[in-house]
Amino acid sequence: MQPFTTLTAIAVPLVRDNIDTDAIIPSREIKNVGKIGLAQGLFAGWRYLPGGREPNPDFVLNDAAYSGAGILIGGSNFGCGSSREHAVWALAEYGFRAILAPSFAPIFFDNCLNNGLLAARLPAASVRLIASLFTAPHRTRTPPPLTLDLERCEVTGAGLCTLAFSIEPHARARLLGGLDAIDFTLRSSAAIDEFRAADRTRRPWAYLEGPA
Amino acid sequence: MESATIIDKIWREHLIAADGGQGLLAIDRIFLHERTGAIALKGLRERGRRVFDASQVFCTIDHIVDTRSGRGDDTLVPNGRDFIVQTRDAARHAGIRLFDVTDPDQGIVHVISPELGLALPGLTIVCPDSHTCTQGGVGAFAWGIGSTEAEHALATGTLRMTRPRSLRVTFDGRLTPGVGPKDLSLLLISRHGAGGGNGMAIEFAGSAVRALGVEERLTLCNMAAEFSGVTALIAPDDTTFEYLFHRRYAPREARWDLALRHWQSLSSDPSAVFDAEIRIDVNNLAPMITWGTSPEHAVRITDAIPGESAAGTSREAYRRAVAYMGVSPGVPLTSLAIDAAFIGSCTNGRLADLRSAARVLDGRRVARGVRAICVPGSSTLKRQAEAEGLDRIFKDAGFEWRESGCSLCFYAGGEDLGLGKRVVSSTNRNFEGRQGPGTRTHIASPATVAASAINGHIADVRRFEPFRPCEY
Repeated sequence: MQPFTTLTAIAVPLVRDNIDTDAIIPSREIKNVGKIGLAQGLFAGWRYLPGGREPNPDFVLNDAAYSGAGILIGGSNFGCGSSREHAVWALAEYGFRAILAPSFAPIFFDNCLNNGLLAARLPAASVRLIASLFTAPHRTRTPPPLTLDLERCEVTGAGLCTLAFSIEPHARARLLGGLDAIDFTLRSSAAIDEFRAADRTRRPWAYLEGPA
Repeated sequence: MESATIIDKIWREHLIAADGGQGLLAIDRIFLHERTGAIALKGLRERGRRVFDASQVFCTIDHIVDTRSGRGDDTLVPNGRDFIVQTRDAARHAGIRLFDVTDPDQGIVHVISPELGLALPGLTIVCPDSHTCTQGGVGAFAWGIGSTEAEHALATGTLRMTRPRSLRVTFDGRLTPGVGPKDLSLLLISRHGAGGGNGMAIEFAGSAVRALGVEERLTLCNMAAEFSGVTALIAPDDTTFEYLFHRRYAPREARWDLALRHWQSLSSDPSAVFDAEIRIDVNNLAPMITWGTSPEHAVRITDAIPGESAAGTSREAYRRAVAYMGVSPGVPLTSLAIDAAFIGSCTNGRLADLRSAARVLDGRRVARGVRAICVPGSSTLKRQAEAEGLDRIFKDAGFEWRESGCSLCFYAGGEDLGLGKRVVSSTNRNFEGRQGPGTRTHIASPATVAASAINGHIADVRRFEPFRPCEY
């Protein structure tokens, strides 16, 4: 996994509460057992006019000013609903590397972490401020980029005072190090085996001896 | 010892190590399905990793399998067959038990797990599916994860987790006939928001919860996913033990006795402190139904579509919801004509749900022009329902009676209910496009779905015999 330290990119405002993973990637857009080919389906229900692939001119991702965006600004409880990791794979494939929102649904947050995407929490007022300063007046030209610094947990940008974001220390460390979680855990194999051996004696009823 | 919640107790028992504010937890059961599970097994194989302990892993085909009779691997979902075939191959290669399309035990993962006695009190259970918290209905600590996390659990038999904050929701009082666990969930979510339980582990407690059967408890815990909870559970009691006794994979004889002794200690100590508490009096509650596009957009069945200021949701969300649903403020819910009715899903596709709908449908007919579909949650309970004659009641009323699966709970490019069609559904999500492009979903209990199917518009089940009680 690619480590995340800082990111300077254009931010897209989509400040709606409870944006669910069905909206991020509708189930009909998940067409094979894989993690790629999902960017086309990102926000498909909002991004295209009903019944086809014609862009919906009212949807923010179709505004040329935001092409090449790397940051998404969302509302509270972002990523609620289905656990589908395809939502994160689709966002990443489209080019997003960070999401700023007042809160994230728990499974979605972990999915971001496992794919090297920064899901950073900011107070709702900060989210609104960033969204208004950096996005709304720039319908025809490219808005100035935002910079996210994960070492300092700060958001900066032209015309914006430095704003702090929060993220759990373990999540920050994982992103900064770009660590593979499975390799990391397998280093504790001895402790896991020891625990299981003792647990089998303590809770024999919890174990199934093999496929029935 | 300090007093502890049931969540503390299960956490402690599974904690292998703590570091960086997280716990490394031992996982007792892993479930997979064809939509998000095959990719986890595939990822594992690609990196040359092995399943840590195949005897604790189970897989089912539920999400995109066809539910029409005579089904095989072909589905109406584009490439649906690939998901099924690849899941089967991956399960075989990994040596894990698969409940395949034609297996008599096939069914929706969160329905079959308790039904087979795989979910037990105090176990940690994970599945790459948000509704895994359903299994907390038997007192398990069960939560939904992503596919990468599933790979981690498969490879190591563990997961790293930040210890969630604890929330106790106490429902006290007595439910009136026609009001059930689905209504309790919708009431809770409408009061505290779809993000109200964000990041929390929830214990449901109180006299109204104790009075619920296990199947109803599973419904209550299921809907915690729509509250953004990490998980939800109900402390096991005699109702739970009776339900689990002699289930296929449940412990037997000496192991059962040992388990039972352990399970009897799994409750929150009287002086245990939760990070947050919610209390709700359930006396005089009415059936609930959603009017918008989030589960928090729920009102009493006797209410009208709320105005913008009373909706308890942001202005933009309100306007989008009203436009999508084709409803106007002030219009009573019960005046809305419906095109379809759906009973099924991991939320409300169990025997208790089918029985409660059948009580409404018995001797009645679905209104003209309404498409009505019932999809039992598992193949086993479908056979049980047929043995009781429930299938006849559904079919005589004009319902389609299907094979088990997730079916029309979500649209994957196969079957849908039609553009702009209004459906009353016993499922869990009324998101835009969830049941098909433009489909307008109203979430309610199976009894409310049945009553609405009969009337041809959204209906108050309490006006139907035998739900019309004297105390109401």
